[in-house]
Amino acid sequence: MPVPREGAPAGERPPRREGQGPGGGRKQYFRRRKVCKFCSEKIDVIDYKDVRVVGEFIAERGKILPRRLTGTCSTHQRALSEAIKRARNIALLPFAAGA
Amino acid sequence: MRNYEMIFIVRPDLADDDVQKLITQMEGVVASAGGKVEKVEKMGRRRLAYRVGKQREGFYVLFYVQGTGDTVKEFERRLKVTDTVIKHMTICTDEILQRAEKFKALRAKQEAKRRRSKPAPAPAAPPIPAENAQA
Repeated sequence: MPVPREGAPAGERPPRREGQGPGGGRKQYFRRRKVCKFCSEKIDVIDYKDVRVVGEFIAERGKILPRRLTGTCSTHQRALSEAIKRARNIALLPFAAGA
Repeated sequence: MRNYEMIFIVRPDLADDDVQKLITQMEGVVASAGGKVEKVEKMGRRRLAYRVGKQREGFYVLFYVQGTGDTVKEFERRLKVTDTVIKHMTICTDEILQRAEKFKALRAKQEAKRRRSKPAPAPAAPPIPAENAQA
């Protein structure tokens, strides 16, 4: 099991602010748009057995990370939470990790 | 008939031969309960995320099975009475496969749409960057 930090998986959390965007400052803050990993990589089935993928979306203590941190779309977040719960049941992922 | 995915964890201290014996035995159970084994996968020894039956490791075995409710019932009953199996889970994969099909069809449709609309603006653009590169 990878050891994710509390918060988003590496590289997925956008910087808080990046000043003005290259587009000429229509918006004051430019946030990098978070994209759904499963949409962009075209993963149709979120497999609970694939701990490397599913494990990215749990926090340090074993909690499921919210959509606002990871950018997962709602369809895939639903499928993902199901996969995580299945993986927990068969001891691939922890229900509660850490001390 | 439905598609099932049955996964179970065998105690890590069991010898490889015994694991193999258990697998062939379970294959027999499926066959006698009116099911069909599609594929058996030994996922191997893994660390468990939490302790199960005082074990920290386990040997994962995965069965892809086609069968009915009775097949599952018998399979699970056998796993429960087998002391060397510390954990098991059955999942019906019909819906998952269906959803995957749907996504695939949807993506194919979008791709076709994109290809149809793309060719028109493409030829007009290239000349400008070429001049910039030379300057």
